[in-house]
Amino acid sequence: MEVFDLALIWAFIIGFGIIMYVLMDGFDLGIGILFPFAPSEEDRDTMMNSVAPVWDGNETWLVLGGAGLLAAFPMVYSIILPAMYIGVFLMLAGLIFRGVAFEFRFKARSSRYLWNWSFAGGSTVATFAQGAVVGAYIQGFNTVDGVYVGGALDWLTPFTVLTGLGTLAGYALLGSTWLILKTEGRLQDWAYRITTPLLITVLVVFGIISVWTPFVDHMVWERWFSNLGIIWILPAITLLFAFQIWRSVRNRFEGMPFVATMGLFITTYLGLIVSRWPYVVPPNYTLWDAASAPEAQLFLLLGLLFVIPIILVYTAWTYWVFRGKVRAGEGYH
Amino acid sequence: MELDPLILSRIQFAFVVSFHAIFPVFTIGLASYIALLEGLGYKTKNPVWTTLSTFWTKVFAVVFGMGVVSGIVMSFQFGTNWSNFAQASANFLGPILSYEVLTAFFLEAAFLGVLLFGRDKVPPGAHLFSAIMVAVGTLISTFWILSANSWMQTPAGTEFRDGAFHILSWGEAIFNPSFKFRLMHMVLASFLTGSFVVAGVSAWYILKGREVEANKKALSMCLWLLLVIAPAQAVVGDFHGLNTLEHQPMKVAAMEGHWETSTNVPLLLFAIPDQENQTNHFEIGIPSLASLILTHDFDGEILGLKEVPVEEQPPVAIVFWSFRVMVGLGMLMILFAITGLVLRKGGRLYKARWYLQGLRAMSIAPFLAVLTGWFVTETGRAPWLVYGMMTQAESVTPSLTGGMALFTLIGYILVYASIFSAGLYYLMRVLYVGLEGDGGHTEDEADRPARPLSAAHVQFEYDAEENAANPAKTATEGGQQ
Repeated sequence: MEVFDLALIWAFIIGFGIIMYVLMDGFDLGIGILFPFAPSEEDRDTMMNSVAPVWDGNETWLVLGGAGLLAAFPMVYSIILPAMYIGVFLMLAGLIFRGVAFEFRFKARSSRYLWNWSFAGGSTVATFAQGAVVGAYIQGFNTVDGVYVGGALDWLTPFTVLTGLGTLAGYALLGSTWLILKTEGRLQDWAYRITTPLLITVLVVFGIISVWTPFVDHMVWERWFSNLGIIWILPAITLLFAFQIWRSVRNRFEGMPFVATMGLFITTYLGLIVSRWPYVVPPNYTLWDAASAPEAQLFLLLGLLFVIPIILVYTAWTYWVFRGKVRAGEGYH
Repeated sequence: MELDPLILSRIQFAFVVSFHAIFPVFTIGLASYIALLEGLGYKTKNPVWTTLSTFWTKVFAVVFGMGVVSGIVMSFQFGTNWSNFAQASANFLGPILSYEVLTAFFLEAAFLGVLLFGRDKVPPGAHLFSAIMVAVGTLISTFWILSANSWMQTPAGTEFRDGAFHILSWGEAIFNPSFKFRLMHMVLASFLTGSFVVAGVSAWYILKGREVEANKKALSMCLWLLLVIAPAQAVVGDFHGLNTLEHQPMKVAAMEGHWETSTNVPLLLFAIPDQENQTNHFEIGIPSLASLILTHDFDGEILGLKEVPVEEQPPVAIVFWSFRVMVGLGMLMILFAITGLVLRKGGRLYKARWYLQGLRAMSIAPFLAVLTGWFVTETGRAPWLVYGMMTQAESVTPSLTGGMALFTLIGYILVYASIFSAGLYYLMRVLYVGLEGDGGHTEDEADRPARPLSAAHVQFEYDAEENAANPAKTATEGGQQ
């Protein structure tokens, strides 16, 4: 057993799962955030159709994230969820409202505006709550003997509000570049138009967060300004991706804006990880402290290695079945 | 009044899990039914199977959607409200729940997309395959979640040390002593639910004279199945009860309202259990029958609730009455299944309006039976969360205050009330519009499977014009009032 550091392997798996979730549910939450601003009701139909066949699968990654965290790092699960109690409720309520809006909006006429709000409001609240979790993670949690001892709203600070807003802007950018990829005509024009302002917003908010973060915690400061010069390559690559988004929108490339936005998210995420590594429940517990028993980690790992390739194959197949542009009136529902 | 986070968390969990449970219990049965219909349609090319499948897939989509959104809540409840339990049981429950997501949820999510929206995009064989995969996914999911629950009822294959359960044997933990009985009981319950809902809805359409031929086929299929599974459920339930007697005698004592350890225990038909005074009022029972059922001997001894201190007894009245409602409904289901056979012999099955009306009413029965059954097994485990190992009080999140728990309890009730009343209302609309739903496209839809399935033709709001344009529905509406 000593040959493999199971906790480390699991840290990579969970880390990979989180970024997969952020990228995949991020764009369909982003569609919800952009929803109220769409040029017309018909465009809203198309926007929703572009994510309708896949959003359910995307949110399955979130459920896997919850269950996987319980399996591999139960301490993260049993500290962060109580600490974020109210925030988690808001996120779940948001996801419920947007989830059912997929079902009902297409069937509604006079009550359609209610489902529009349900979809947009739910997506926005859920996104903000996810961003606040990131902020709370950077801040750290008040724990004694592996148990959260802080209050109900400790997580809600100016810093976490800012990370919440940053995530809103980021998901909206993922959403707009997804629309560039999946739609055409007037809706695609609109998506091209809003992408640059969204990109600027994202850069400004992410920039403020990056400057602020080292002041939130001394350890993060140390990490960035004394011992690890090499990690400055991450913000540099992030800026390159941002430039790439701007350039590809100017040239009206269809696929590149979305790909580059995903790249921007990945490098930002890596930057977040190096700031706190190897602490998974800052400021006290590392990934080795938070790990479950090796037999549990090994048991699930073996299954994971076997099942994930199968999942990727059939998920890829369903994406392939629904490939191509989504046109107005070509309703899936 | 001091708000107790433990009580509020228990109420919250009972509320969200009960609300969630009614959706999967229906979709598990319905998924297999749809796969069967797709298979028949593929094999015989008879359009009536495709018509039925298309209709029930629409119903499935709505119910499944509500199951998914309410299920997301469940995966976070352990952490938010029961964090000590989550921390202690993570070595077992973490991998088991993860396996459920990996082997079932992804399968269902991916292939449901193709089943719902892919009829014109994939070959018929691939579409049938998708229907089967969705059904298989629901059953795999049942396997894992019942393993997890059964382990909490009859923990095995683990030891408690350093504040957490550690695995000694995965095989013993997963296939713990009560697992196979609980699994069979639950799968049969799901099939009963699917059958009674399809039978009830088909009976209603036959009564209204709508798409009679297709609905007769559907009803007939369901009644044949019920004839087998309704009695089978009683047998499996009996085995499950004997297993519970062996491992959780206090739960059985509560189910029977049995206080003093004794022989020749009567089967109580009615009683008002009084936990404070440790006795029953107004008992009506059949002498020695409980001893006979539980020990297969009139003189069999059954342990009474007084064997343990009051604080280790489950809440007797809830368990006692839930059990009676469940068994009563089960008996009623068997009665309906047998009556169906008798009527079929006389060729009166589709003409006996009283029977069709009865089936209509029975479509709600399996849901009530499932919920009350879960009340029995879950409340009957109290005060334990992991039976004999960890109490509910030890499991609750330490930092949780009564105010926080009350806030989310009210929050979930409000969210569920608004969302799911809309869902149920819409489901009624789908049923009301029926098999003819797509504005009279049914016939050519069967000839032309290239048409995307479209629940979109069922509008959310009730619309008077729509009725004026469709005399069949106007007649139905008249019939309802």
